[in-house]
Formats: sequence, structure tokens, C-alpha cells
Amino acid sequence: MPPSFAGEAPQSDPPPETAREAIVRFRGVDKRFGEHHVLRELDLDVGAGEKVSIIGPSGSGKTTILRMLMTLERPDKGAIDVNGKPLWQMDRGGKRVVADERHLRAARREIGMVFQQFNLFPHMSVLRNVVEAPIHVLGMGKEEANARARDLLGMVGLEDHVDKRPAQLSGGQQQRVAIARACALRPKVMLFDEVTSALDPELVGEVLGVVRELAEHTDMTMLLVTHEMRFAADISDRVLMFDQGAIIEEGPPTVVLQAPQHERTKRFLKAVLEH
Amino acid sequence: MNWDWAFAWEIIPRLLDGLVVTVEITLAGSVIAMVLGLVIAIVRFSKVPVLSQVVGGLVQFIRGTPLLVQAFFLFYVFPSYGLTLPALTTGILAIGIHYSAYAAEVYRGGIESVPRGQWEAATALSLSVRRRWTGVVLPQAIRAVIPSLGNYVIAMFKDSAILAAITVVELLNTAQAIGSDSYRYIEPLTLAGLLYLLVSYPAARLIRGLEHRLAT
Repeated sequence: MPPSFAGEAPQSDPPPETAREAIVRFRGVDKRFGEHHVLRELDLDVGAGEKVSIIGPSGSGKTTILRMLMTLERPDKGAIDVNGKPLWQMDRGGKRVVADERHLRAARREIGMVFQQFNLFPHMSVLRNVVEAPIHVLGMGKEEANARARDLLGMVGLEDHVDKRPAQLSGGQQQRVAIARACALRPKVMLFDEVTSALDPELVGEVLGVVRELAEHTDMTMLLVTHEMRFAADISDRVLMFDQGAIIEEGPPTVVLQAPQHERTKRFLKAVLEH
Repeated sequence: MNWDWAFAWEIIPRLLDGLVVTVEITLAGSVIAMVLGLVIAIVRFSKVPVLSQVVGGLVQFIRGTPLLVQAFFLFYVFPSYGLTLPALTTGILAIGIHYSAYAAEVYRGGIESVPRGQWEAATALSLSVRRRWTGVVLPQAIRAVIPSLGNYVIAMFKDSAILAAITVVELLNTAQAIGSDSYRYIEPLTLAGLLYLLVSYPAARLIRGLEHRLAT
């Protein structure tokens, strides 16, 4: 049996009818950057455990969805719920007010993110990158955190590199560390933001392999912004085609990627696959 | 006036005592400047309403007025409000606060040089604001500015001579006192200059070496 993340995943009750209960819910979410209207009144439900790939041309607002969920970007309008709780608002004295840092920080514990540029902490060893959050967020003891981090790094195939600095690793290895780091808090929702776009082509496979492993062996909810169409087809339950701030087509990968209905999707896929 | 070797030899111990005070001022002043400067930089960077602007204004004020004026102010004006401190303490405060304004600018550059992705990764890991600063951003920011801070320490070391004006008995003041006691200025002032150089030159070389090491 291949190494698996199964033991790492948060244990949610998985009866089939509740498994599709929305863990992430966008309602009327709108965002502009100056003149650029990146998201237009977005409605989106993602079921618990669902693996959703988001495709589309760059600048279409895909990444903004992930960044809002990670609380790195604030919606101008609309509501985002995670696990049934509003992300950007909270209740205070019976009134709904803008979330403060404490609320946001608590919400972030349910969500993990892997970035295009890895964003490992360059001044820390690989191991310390992974134990940072367990120690300082969960208050885990050093011994336990180290042991767990070694397990996680073992699962991404980097058990021999724990004492190195990120700069001593290849891009693919760095991204695998970043995945292990994001898993260390056992988030319920994991966000992958073009995690292979900054990699040399020959390093893409090792990173996708790890993501695939996560998708197949955990019940983590996953949202992936990706340009790897074959990969998206393999691991996704659902694919969203994004253009100009809106979902223009969605459905199972067999439909969206292989028999798209929308003209824009056809053109996009043609352009990507010919590349 | 001819150089008198015997006299020069005789005053060296007193000058060395002065040098010790100068070094003390530099070290204590550096601690104040480095700590206060860091606090200022963080407050300004964090854009706390009102507070950040007030601190920004203070920094402008400190950078826009001479150290000597600030030292005089602490030395002559504060006592009339009931705050009388020894000259040495006043001098250390003056130079420490003065240089904190410069150190703050240096830190700011360092903080801004840390890529946004580092903040975002730290936020995504749910780290507290404090831990984002102390665990992620500051270690990288400070490492980048150590040479610049070092240069300011050397500048402080030399500027500490200004505190002679508020009766602090440091190296320059000692040399001057020897001069007025003996009516011989050439030996004490020359030796004082050499002693400054003896400390500042190797220190500058050290910082250049550090710059090289940190750059790689």
C-alpha cells in the first residue's frame, strides 16, 4: 500500500447524504481591483470532501476565490461561509459585524493553502517550516510536532531532507515541503493555487503525485486552481470553468473537459491543450 | 608647540578612561536605538490609526533637528519640569533616541524587502500577528539590515563626542580637560582622534566583512 495521508485527515462523519453538505459557500461575492471586476456576484457551493478544480484564463478571478477563502483578500460584497460559519463576519452582541483578527485566525485553522511560489520560510530548516504552525498555533509540544512533521515529510518523500534549508532543495521538493506544511494543521479545506506553475516541467509530476495522493486518500475538501487539465480530469469531482469573474460552465470533468458545451470553454481548452 | 612624548605617554590612561565612557555611551545608546527603532518601524508599518501618524511625525522631528539641540533640550529644559538625570544618562538617552529615528528607517527598508508571500504563508498557517512578526518577518528583515545598523553604531560612536557639550566626561571632553589643565592641546586632541580611529576603523572593516557574508 502506498504511503497515505488517511491518518492525517480530520475525521468527519461520512454518511453519503451529509458528505455533500456544503463546507464552503459563496453567496453573491463580488470583488473589484480598481477598474478590474474580478468576481461578479459569485455563488458557489463546495461539498465536504469534494475535489473541485477551477480552470480558466489568467486574470479571470480563479485565484481570488482561493485568496478570499484564505482571508488574504476581502470581498467587496456578499458572504462566504466555511463550515456553516460566516468567514468575514461575526456576531457581537446579537449584531453581525465585520470579523476581527481573532475570528479570522480561528477560521483559518480549518483552511490550508499551497502557493504558486511555495513561500517557504527561507530562514528555517525544512522541519521547522512544518512544525511552526503545530507549535505556535496548536500549542503542540516540540517532540510531538517534530515526530508528526517527520511523518508528513516522509509521506511527501523528503524524510532525508528535514535539516536542509529550502534554498538547498529543488522547486519540486520545496513545493512538497509546502504541502506537508499546509497539512500540518489538518485543515478541512485545502487550497492549491497553481502549485505547479512555477516549476520546471520535469518537476511537475512529483508535486502532482503528492496532490493526487492527498485527493485519493483523505476526505479533505480540495479546491485547485490549475492549468494541468489531465490532472484535473483525474482527480476532480467537479470542474469549474471561469471567465471574466464568473463561472461559465461547470460539471464533472468528463463533461467540462471532454465535451464542453460553452464556446468559451472549447476555445480555452483548445488553446491550453495545443500549448 | 612641539610634540612632547613624555606628556603624551602620561595622559594615555586618562584618555583611555574617556574612551571607555565613549564606548559605554555607544553600546547603551545602540541598545536604545535598535530597540526603539524597531518598535517605531513596526508601529509605522502596521498603520495603526493615529498612532502611526504621530510616531511618523516624531521621527520627522528627530531627523530634522540636530543631535546637539536635542541633547541640550534634555539637559537644560527637562530639569525645569522636575526631571533631572545625570549627564551621562541624559547623553545616552539623547543619542539613543536620536539614532532610533534612523534605525527605524533602516528597519523599514528591511521589513519592506520581505516578500508579500512570506506574510501570506504565515497568515495561511494561522500564525498570530505577533508570531508573523517575530517568527517569520523580522528574522529575515533584520538579517538584511545588520550591516546598515552597524554603520549607524559607528556613526553613534563618533557622534558621542557631541555629548561633551552637556558635560559628559567621554573621550573628547577628557582630552579638552587635559588641555585646559596643562595648556597643551596637541597631544590630548591628537591622541583622542587616534583612539576614535583605532576603534572605528576595525569596526568598519568588520561590518564590510559582515556585508559580504550576509550577501551570499
